[in-house]
Amino acid sequence: MPVREAEGQKLWQRRTGRESLAHWVMWLTGVAVFAYCWQQISEATTWFFVWDAPRIAGDIWTRATPPKWEYITQLGKPIWDTINIATLGTIIALILAIPVAFLAARNTTPSVLFVRPIALLIIVSTRSINSLIWALLLIAIIGPGVFAGVVAIAIRSIGFCAKLLYEAIEEIDETQVEAITATGASRWQVMAYGIVPQILPAFAGIAVFRWDINIRESTVLGLVGAGGIGLQLSASLNVLAWPQVALILIVILAAVVISEWVSAKVRGAII
Amino acid sequence: MTTHRELDDMLGKGWRKPPFIRRAWLRYTILIGFAAYLVAAFLTIEVNWARVYEGLERGKQFILAFTSPDFTSRSGDIWDGMVESIIMTVAASVVGIAISIPIALGAARNVAPLPIYLACRSIIAVSRALQEIIVAILLVAIFGFGPLAGFLTLSFATIGFLSKLLAEDIESMDRVQAEAIKASGARWLQWINYGVQPQVMPRLIGLSMYRIDINFRESAILGLVGAGGIGATLNTAFDRYEYDTAAAILLLIIGIVMALEYLSGIIRARVQ
Repeated sequence: MPVREAEGQKLWQRRTGRESLAHWVMWLTGVAVFAYCWQQISEATTWFFVWDAPRIAGDIWTRATPPKWEYITQLGKPIWDTINIATLGTIIALILAIPVAFLAARNTTPSVLFVRPIALLIIVSTRSINSLIWALLLIAIIGPGVFAGVVAIAIRSIGFCAKLLYEAIEEIDETQVEAITATGASRWQVMAYGIVPQILPAFAGIAVFRWDINIRESTVLGLVGAGGIGLQLSASLNVLAWPQVALILIVILAAVVISEWVSAKVRGAII
Repeated sequence: MTTHRELDDMLGKGWRKPPFIRRAWLRYTILIGFAAYLVAAFLTIEVNWARVYEGLERGKQFILAFTSPDFTSRSGDIWDGMVESIIMTVAASVVGIAISIPIALGAARNVAPLPIYLACRSIIAVSRALQEIIVAILLVAIFGFGPLAGFLTLSFATIGFLSKLLAEDIESMDRVQAEAIKASGARWLQWINYGVQPQVMPRLIGLSMYRIDINFRESAILGLVGAGGIGATLNTAFDRYEYDTAAAILLLIIGIVMALEYLSGIIRARVQ
């Protein structure tokens, strides 16, 4: 315990002298880096616009209220498309994620040295690129529309689902697998009766969780042309139809809240 | 003796796998409803297969571009965009984490009184419900183009994420340690500093690292709506069909994300 002597009394200290020096240097570097970053941002900003921002925000608010409620008749099809993008994308992603997860988990992979790194690479590369970027790419390749959105969501979700699933596979109880193996079951039977029942609740949880996230992501995919309600949002923004924008934002918010509620209910029922 | 009767019933019959959903009517309703939905969904999606077939050639070119990514011909734009993305990430993470700590304290029921708790929880709910890109669109409209809008967006999104998870950790902390500090006559701030903070610090560091990772990934798309960062360069590259440049940018993003993940793994292992 670091203790300092001062005027004949022993005083308790939280850190030794060296530790506090190291802490001080760390904080100094951190503050310096932040100051540099802030300076860069500040240089790239037109401060006149920022000081004017409250007036602009008030202006936008007065233009956007009240929302144009009758516009909702045109939003039925886009919101249906949005839900389809999220649901179909999640299903395709899950189908593709299952083999990847089994190849990536240490206890089920056929080869730790060769197959596992490839599976991990698939997981990392699909996970680190946002679905909007995937959508941009797919629109350049297969043209704009709902289909590009479905594929973008599917690719983006593979890494996420496979990562959570392979962690669940690695945490299974080996004794059950051993018991099934001891009855003389084949490799596939061991998988179906020893491993799958153990990861099924985790799998259902992951599926619903990802579906919830995908609903959020698919609402904005239309901004780059990949279908769904985002198309209406970007069209309304382009013509500065703020009352329509306000209504679309309300609809998106409602969809997000409902999907989160559904996902929480289903996960509560499973676990 | 019901268990025995169940066993007796099962004797002599072949074993069947128990279904995942026990109630038969619920199982079949879900199955049939889901199948009906899938059919309906497939019917409404229009796929222009001729266009998809045409696109396969471009898809092949794009995948081939990954074997020869072009870092040089647009190196100036890539460098500027990347630096701007990193700057936005760092600044937004610092500010977001700094703001989310007091909000997390306010959103923990065992630390804060009810009115503060409700206020902080509603801030978190608003921040979580709004998608980053939508916030960015609004902030670009208000503050103008540039990294400031992106910085504010990421800070705002960080608050919702970090405060919620940190508040949950504070709520599940060990009361005994906090009580001991209180019993020694500590003031409120000392109580937080010595009783609460050491318990949640590992989690806070882990979450912060994870959030920096997310912020960087998000900063890559904010450029699409004019909020600064590498996204604008990437968008231009796609629009001009310069797949080799796009591949270079994507490889850089993947590389940085992997490096961040590796770094956060080391830091989390050291803290815990």
